[in-house]
Amino acid sequence: MDRPAPAAKLNRAGLSKSDYVGSPSTLCKGCGHNSVASQLIQIAYELDLRPHEIIKLSGIGCSSKSPAYFLGQSHGFNSLHGRMPALGTGALQANHTVRAIGISGDGDTGSIGLGQFKHMLRRNVRMAYLVENNGVYGLTKGQFSATSEEGHKLKYAGVNQFPALDLCLEALAAGAGFVARTFAGDAKQVREVIKAGLSFRGTAVIDIISPCVAFNDEADSRHSYAYGREHERALQDVGFIPAQEEIIIDDYEPGTTQIVELHDGSRMTLRKLEADYDASNRVQAMARLQQADAQGELLTGIVYYDDSRPSLAEVSGMTDTPLSMLPDEQLRPSAAALHDLMAGYA
Amino acid sequence: MEATQLGSSPTEQHGTDARVNDFSLVVATANGTGSQTANLTLLRSFFKMGIPVHGKNIFPSNIQGLPTWYHIRVSKDGYVARHPSELLVAFNPATLHEDVANLPAGGVVIHNADLRLRPDRSDLTYYPVPVKELLAGVEVKGKIKEYIANMTYVGVVAHLLGVPLEVLEEALGHHFGKRQKLIDSNLEVVRIAYEWAVLNLPKTDRFRVAPMNATTGLIMMTGNEAGALGSVYGGVSVSGWYPITPSTSFIDSLREYLAKLRVGPDGKATFSVIQAEDELAAIGMVVGAGWAGARAVTATSGPGISLMAEFLGLAYYAEVPAVVWDIQRVGPSTGLPTRTSQGDVAFAYNLGHGDTKQVLLFPSSIEECFEFGYKAHDLADKLQTPVLVLSDLDLGMNNWMGKPFEYPDAPLDRGKVLNAEEVAALPEFGRYKDVDGDGVPYRTLPGNENPRAAWFGRGTGHDEQARYSERAEDWVKNMDRLARKFDTARALVPAAVVDEQPGAKLGIIAYGTTRYAIEEARDLLAARGVATDFMRIRALPIGPEVEEFVAAHERLVVIEMNRDGQLTAILRDELPVHAAKLKPIAYLDGMPLTADWVVGRLNAHLGE
Repeated sequence: MDRPAPAAKLNRAGLSKSDYVGSPSTLCKGCGHNSVASQLIQIAYELDLRPHEIIKLSGIGCSSKSPAYFLGQSHGFNSLHGRMPALGTGALQANHTVRAIGISGDGDTGSIGLGQFKHMLRRNVRMAYLVENNGVYGLTKGQFSATSEEGHKLKYAGVNQFPALDLCLEALAAGAGFVARTFAGDAKQVREVIKAGLSFRGTAVIDIISPCVAFNDEADSRHSYAYGREHERALQDVGFIPAQEEIIIDDYEPGTTQIVELHDGSRMTLRKLEADYDASNRVQAMARLQQADAQGELLTGIVYYDDSRPSLAEVSGMTDTPLSMLPDEQLRPSAAALHDLMAGYA
Repeated sequence: MEATQLGSSPTEQHGTDARVNDFSLVVATANGTGSQTANLTLLRSFFKMGIPVHGKNIFPSNIQGLPTWYHIRVSKDGYVARHPSELLVAFNPATLHEDVANLPAGGVVIHNADLRLRPDRSDLTYYPVPVKELLAGVEVKGKIKEYIANMTYVGVVAHLLGVPLEVLEEALGHHFGKRQKLIDSNLEVVRIAYEWAVLNLPKTDRFRVAPMNATTGLIMMTGNEAGALGSVYGGVSVSGWYPITPSTSFIDSLREYLAKLRVGPDGKATFSVIQAEDELAAIGMVVGAGWAGARAVTATSGPGISLMAEFLGLAYYAEVPAVVWDIQRVGPSTGLPTRTSQGDVAFAYNLGHGDTKQVLLFPSSIEECFEFGYKAHDLADKLQTPVLVLSDLDLGMNNWMGKPFEYPDAPLDRGKVLNAEEVAALPEFGRYKDVDGDGVPYRTLPGNENPRAAWFGRGTGHDEQARYSERAEDWVKNMDRLARKFDTARALVPAAVVDEQPGAKLGIIAYGTTRYAIEEARDLLAARGVATDFMRIRALPIGPEVEEFVAAHERLVVIEMNRDGQLTAILRDELPVHAAKLKPIAYLDGMPLTADWVVGRLNAHLGE
């Protein structure tokens, strides 16, 4: 006789971790994207998220498949290559009360979707926008992407003759208020940064170096596990504290740890690892990214943070009820209004 | 003196050949000179006198300096098709001689006397207007003076045709609303020119107007305004859009009506309109909003439709409601951006790669723009698919008479959307399952609290549960269901309208704005004893009434404004048994059809 399984531990939403899983992944074993998906499951569980208050959005590519692999009880849309920002913009204007997790890749964001990416940032659409960046096209088997480093060699693609786009730099230039880079090999950092990004007021750009074990994981590749472990340089030790919890910080040193209150009342703690780095200085952020690139560093952490700019939903002056849930009488104006209007055209 | 002239019968004044309320007038100007206000003042004046009237703006793709023609058809019989003009207001030096040469014998030239015109045709009546002299005493400066100069021809035309000054004042009031200063300054010029003309231009031609009551109770509006208002009454909440002629005024109107009519109880907007970075993003926003459960619309034209093919293919396959207004202009490519066409029918019908089929609506009037405006959203929701409304530049940007719009006779129909309780009551929820046998599945919206309500939208192959699938059976089953759903659409879209004449052998098929030239042509033919039947198709896919009409006629022509007979090809494909009978009369040069052209082509066809 089977013994009853021990009751799964429930979070404040009354859900167990298994309530947050999705379909089994069809990505390669060891793919960085899988670790991000499992971190998202962990995050949702830890933050007591209610699945129906989340939407998952993606474009096309290996990364964009992954929303199927977490939060199976949330609505999601695996859309078109490079076009998820527009789809997300429309969905979030229709319902500004849901939280959006966007999953993109370096091809989806850096090439075909670069325009939509930057315009989404200009509008500050409220979405945690994760780029699972591996510097290579996986599904089409090993072409260079726009984030591949110049001079990089790949088995099939040969030598990359063109300079890489730095998606964090692009985000900064487009006016993003939350720009972070992290490394899929650093699970804790990924988790804390995404948690903070989910609580941000507008678009939180999180560029996750997420190695492709099939096509771009040689030690000399800047998008490999080995390179990341060797060259990661974190700007801060990032922590996240939900709204309802107290702040407890080990080794608290005044002046070195910054506590940032996020839009929903939760807080992000930044324990500085570079004493003179100021994450609220856009110019310094851009300079530091370029310096890191020149030195071959994988610079991680919160590169830039500024929540002064309102989100698109905020500037739209929309009513509190999501547009998708308005009753019919608020959707169709009255017959009297039509009658009055007609008189003006007589 | 004017009053007596209006009250007297035309024969007394101008002999038996007087042409009262039955002529066309063309105003030739350079664009960017503000002639639109002057032209609309004339148009509105005829309308206010109770005379059926319609204006067509033939304008260039340019901001300033290129030729523009504004055609006004005045017709006691209510005809609104383009018609060769007998009267010319010649204010554009660049086209002066060509415009004069185009007039028929007995025509009238009202020309700016400051332009060098050789009156080399003795079969025309000339009325020179000393524009500079007339404006000399007017105290306005710079640009406004240039704009206001056009009001001189308004005053002269009014005198020559017999439009009372108070009607002009009323028309100016309609145009400028509460901006009294603008009304006054324009009216001052009109009055000066009018009074000058009374003293200096003895009337010697035969064209004039007289009050009627044929426009009582009617409105005058553009198709884009009507379509936008229809969308608002269809409950549209989100729009993503990108500017492109001739669709931009649709969105301008939409924003205006939404701001006026869609303010929530808290004083905040119950809508969101976003100017996108391109048409790719515009339609992406619309599809995103539709997926999330808000009614959404965009308006564009050919080049934008090309860019929207990708998202509309996705929306077809993922089954997301969306409404797109295609205000057609002339393609391929950038083509003739300011000329009208019906050239997108074939492309739009199959918009998207693979076996995509889209639902199309063809409005022909402002009433239909309004009606299809709200019905498109019901259809998109009921069928969970994009609906493309194929209007055209002529309908969209020009002012048309119509009946005041009727309030929708049925509540909004959101289609098969399940809420949390409804999902709970089901043994299982399969997003793409054909529960009712009509091919239309049930959907849930983000925010639905039932844990079984979530589904994963995708453009990739999927099974009934919306799970990724590459299985051959799943693919075929799903595509067959989509075909079934398209068949369901046949009974839901607006049916074709048929008008029959006794003894007719020839059946004419058309759609959209070509109806006006065709209806006039049928009257001309009927007067000569040639009866015709006419079916105006209002949507694709076709319904059974279309096959019935086709089957009942031995001779059939399909008249359309494109080169290749795009609807003809679709009908031949849909009705293969009758394919050989369906003959296209397809022609496109950017100009709306005339009745004479239609008569000529039908005669040629009947003579074959």
